[in-house]
Amino acid sequence: MTDNPFQSWMSKSVPRVEDDRLLQGRGKFLDDIRLDRLLMAAFVRSPVAHAILKKINLDAARALPGVRAVFSYNDLRPLLSLDRIPLALPSGAIRFDVDPPALAHEEICYVGEPIAVVIAETRAIAEDAVALVELEFDPLPVVMDPRDGVDKDAPKARLDCPDNLVARHVLKYGNGEAAFAAAAHRVKDCFRLNKGGGHSMEPRGIVARVDDDDLLTVWDSTQMPHRAKAILVNALGLSEEKVRVIAPDVGGGFGPKAVFHPEELVIPAVALKLRTPVKWAEDRFESFTATVQERVQIWDMEAAFDAEGKLLAIRGQLFHDHGAATPYGVALPYNAATNLIGPYALPAYDLEILMCLTNMVPACPTRGAGRPQGTFVMERLLDRAADELGLAREEIRQRNLIPLEQMPYTIPVIMRDGSTMTYDSGDYPECQRRVLEAAGWSEFDKRRDAARRDGRFLGIGLSNYVEGTGRGPFESASIRVGPSGKIMVSSGATAQGQGVKSMLAQISAGVLGMNPKDVHVVDGDTNATVLGLGAFASRQAVTAGNAIYLATRRVAEKARAMAAHMLEASADDLEIADGNIFVKGVPQLKVTLGDVSKALSGMPGYAIPGGMEPGLEAAVDFQPGPLTYTNGSHVAEVEVDPDTGAVKITRYVVVHDCGRMINPMMVEGQVLGGVVHGIGATLLEWMRYDDQGQPATVTYADYLLPTCDVVPRIEIHHMESPTPLNPLGVKGAAESGTIGAPAVIVSAIEDALRPLKIRIRDLPVTPARLRALIAAAQGKGAAP
Amino acid sequence: MPELYPVKIHVNGTTYERRVEPRMHLADFLRHEIDLTGTHIGCEHGVCGACTVLVDGASVRSCLMLAVQTDGRSVDTVEGVAAADGTLNPVQAALSKHHGLQCGFCTPGIIMTITEMRKESGGRQWTEDEVRAALSGNLCRCTGYQGMVDAALEVLTPLNLGRD
Repeated sequence: MTDNPFQSWMSKSVPRVEDDRLLQGRGKFLDDIRLDRLLMAAFVRSPVAHAILKKINLDAARALPGVRAVFSYNDLRPLLSLDRIPLALPSGAIRFDVDPPALAHEEICYVGEPIAVVIAETRAIAEDAVALVELEFDPLPVVMDPRDGVDKDAPKARLDCPDNLVARHVLKYGNGEAAFAAAAHRVKDCFRLNKGGGHSMEPRGIVARVDDDDLLTVWDSTQMPHRAKAILVNALGLSEEKVRVIAPDVGGGFGPKAVFHPEELVIPAVALKLRTPVKWAEDRFESFTATVQERVQIWDMEAAFDAEGKLLAIRGQLFHDHGAATPYGVALPYNAATNLIGPYALPAYDLEILMCLTNMVPACPTRGAGRPQGTFVMERLLDRAADELGLAREEIRQRNLIPLEQMPYTIPVIMRDGSTMTYDSGDYPECQRRVLEAAGWSEFDKRRDAARRDGRFLGIGLSNYVEGTGRGPFESASIRVGPSGKIMVSSGATAQGQGVKSMLAQISAGVLGMNPKDVHVVDGDTNATVLGLGAFASRQAVTAGNAIYLATRRVAEKARAMAAHMLEASADDLEIADGNIFVKGVPQLKVTLGDVSKALSGMPGYAIPGGMEPGLEAAVDFQPGPLTYTNGSHVAEVEVDPDTGAVKITRYVVVHDCGRMINPMMVEGQVLGGVVHGIGATLLEWMRYDDQGQPATVTYADYLLPTCDVVPRIEIHHMESPTPLNPLGVKGAAESGTIGAPAVIVSAIEDALRPLKIRIRDLPVTPARLRALIAAAQGKGAAP
Repeated sequence: MPELYPVKIHVNGTTYERRVEPRMHLADFLRHEIDLTGTHIGCEHGVCGACTVLVDGASVRSCLMLAVQTDGRSVDTVEGVAAADGTLNPVQAALSKHHGLQCGFCTPGIIMTITEMRKESGGRQWTEDEVRAALSGNLCRCTGYQGMVDAALEVLTPLNLGRD
C-alpha cells in the first residue's frame, strides 16, 4: 500500500449517487414492484399471546369472491422440506434452539404470530377474507417478565421447550471476589430497560415470482439477501441456481430486517405452489406486533472501586427477554454484556446472563444492538460512584479511561469469531477532553445556577462508549471495467439508506481518479454477487469498503501493466485519472480504460497482447479479522420541568472517532440518525403490553418516535484514529450515535434534579415516570 | 363486489378518470390505480407523513383521505416537483446538498411539506424553531432531521423563495 488511497474523491463530502432517483419519487421500494398477474397476501395472526389452537375454519374465507387460496400450516407443510425455519446461529450459550414454524399450529406463542395466509386479487379482499377466518383456542398462562420467567415455578412460555431459560452465559474474568472484598467503595443498583424497536419507515415486505424455467425470484425488504436465499434453498428444498433474492430500495432497516421472518418463507412457498406472483406488504399494525423488536432487560449490578475511584470489579445478573423464539441467536444480550466495559479499564467482571423465553414477539438487535443498554448500566454505575466518592463525573471517568499508551488494549473476553476482545486504536481520554471543551462543561455551573434563580432546572450529562464494528467473516466486492470504459461494481453489501452505493463508488472512483457518478453499483442481489452477508454490526464500510478498495487497486495495477505494453512505457511512469492512463507529465501519451479493457477482452483466435490474463476485472472477499472499535463521547444539556416531568434537550455535543472517514457528510448522517434513535429510546419509545400479553401501543399515536421539534441541533466533532486492522483504516459508524444517548440524557436529567437526589433506573423516562420520581422525592421533604 | 364510483382527479396536471371503491384512500389510488408510487405509505393512520400530498395546494395525509373525496380536485405529488427534464427543484436539490435524506422512504412527504411551507411563507425568513414545528408531522428514522431542517432553512429564505 504505497499509494495514498485518499486522493481526489476520498474523504470528501461528496453528494450521494442515490439521491436523484429518491428525490423524484423514482425509488423502487418493495410495494412499488408491479408484475403481471400479481396476487396480494394478508395474514391471519394470533389475537392471543399463548394458547392451544384447537380449531381453524377457513371455509368462509375461501368462499369469498376474489380469494384465490388460503393456506394454514397443514396446507403449507407439504411445500416445505423442514418443519421449522432453519435460523439457529451457533452459540454455546443456547440450551435449546427455538426456530419458529412458518405458520403456527397446535401452540400459539405471541400476539401477531402468523397462523394462515390468504391470497387474493387485491389486498382489500385478502383482508376481508382474514376477517372471516374462525379460530378456537384454549388459553394458556403467559410469561411476560424475564426475571419471573426463569423462576422454577414459572409457567412455560412454550410447551414444546423444557423450560424458559433458553440460554445462559457467564462472562467472567479477573478475581472479582477478592476485588469486592478489598473495595473501599461499592455501589449497587438495578435497572429495567425497555428498548426502542427498529421502526423503519418502510415496513417489511416480500414479492415472489416463479418463471417458466422454475427460477424463483424473491424481492425482499431485507438487510441480508444472501442469508434469506440460503434459508429459502434449505427450507424449500431447491438448488442454489433456482433461487434469486433481490433487496430492492429498502426504506430503512435498523436491525429487524436482518432477521428472517416467517412471512419470507411463506410467500415464496405459496408462489411456487400457485405459480403466480404473490406480494405481501406489511402494514404498520403488523409491524408493531409481528416484526421482531428489542425487549426488556433487567440488570442487577454491583461495582467495586478503590479509595481513589478506580474501578476494581463489576458483577451482577442480566435477565434478558428473548421473546417467543431465537431467530438471531444471543447477539443482543452478548453485545450488551461486553459493551458495558466500554472505554474503561475494568480489572474484573462477572456477569451471569439469563435469557428467558416470553410470550412476546421474538427479540432481535436494533440499532446499537444491545450496546446502548450495557453502556447505560456502566455510566449509571460511574455516576453513582462519583456521588458516593464526592468526585466530579468527568473526574471519575478520567481516572478510569484506558490511556492512549495502553492501546491496543486487550480484555480477556473471547469473541464470537474466537478472537480476544481488543480495542485496536483510539484516544479515549482525549475524546472526553474534547467533548467537555466543545460543550463548555466547565462553565455549565454558571448557566445552571443562573437558570435556577429563574426557577428553571438545567442539567448536563456526559457519557463515553465504544462500539465493536466491522464484523466478519468477510464481505464481497467486484469491479469490472467494460470496453465502453464504464465501471461496474457489485457487492454482497446491502443498503437500507446508509449510502452503500455512494460509499463503494467513492472508493472505486478515488483509486481510479474518476467521478463517483460514473461508477455503476449493484448491491443486494444474489445474482450479482454469489457470496455476501449484508447489513449488520456497522460493518459495510469496513468489510465491503476494503474489498472494493483492494479489488479496484488490482484493476488499476492491471490496467497500468497493460497500458505500459500498449504505450511502450514503464508501468511505474503511468498515472490513471478521468478514465485515462497516461505517461506522467505527458498527458497526450495515453490510452483509455476502455481501450485497455477492449484489448483484454480478446479477439477471436488472437493472443491477448502482453501475455496477460483476460479481462479488466477483479473480485475480493475481504476478511476483516477481529472487530475494529469506534468510540465516542457525548455531552447533553437538558431542561426539566418538575411540574410535568417533561424533559427538553437543549444542547447535544458528540465527539466521534470512526477512524478514517470515507465521506464525512455521510458519517455525520449516520451519527445524527443514531443519536436521535437513542433519544427516542430514552424519552419516548415504549412498546407496552398488558399482563395477558396484548400489545397496547400499536400506532404512532401511542408509541412515540422522535419528531423534528423534540430533537435538538446536534453538534458533531470528529477525531480520526485509523485502525491498523484494514487497509483503509476505517471503522463503522452506523450504530455508534445510539450507544451514548440513553446514558448521557439520563445523567443530565439526574443532574438537573440534583437537589432531589433522584435516581433513574428505568427506560424510557416518560414525563409520567419522571413526575412520579419527583413527587416521591418531594414527599420525602426535599424541595426542588 | 362493492359498488364502484366514478372519479375524475387531476394529478400533476393530468386528468385521470377511474371507477373506485368508496373505501379506497387517496394514497392507494395514486399508487395502485395510476401507478404513481412516489407517494409512500408508512403507517396508514395519519401520523408518519410519508404519504403527504397537496390537494388544491394544501397538504393532506393521502392515507386519511378517500379517493372519492378528491373527485374533481387537483393533487400534487412528488413526481410533479422536478422539471420535466429531471432537473431537481430547489427543495430537492437542497435536501441532497444537506444530506436530508438517507433511505428516501419518507422523503416524498418531506418534499411536499416543505413545498407547502414555501407557498405559505409570504416571502419571510423562517426561524429554525418554526421549521422544526412545521416539519414535526413527518417522521424520519434515518437522518435525525438536521439535514432536512437545514435544507428547509435554505429554501425558506426570502432570496430563494421565488425560485422554482
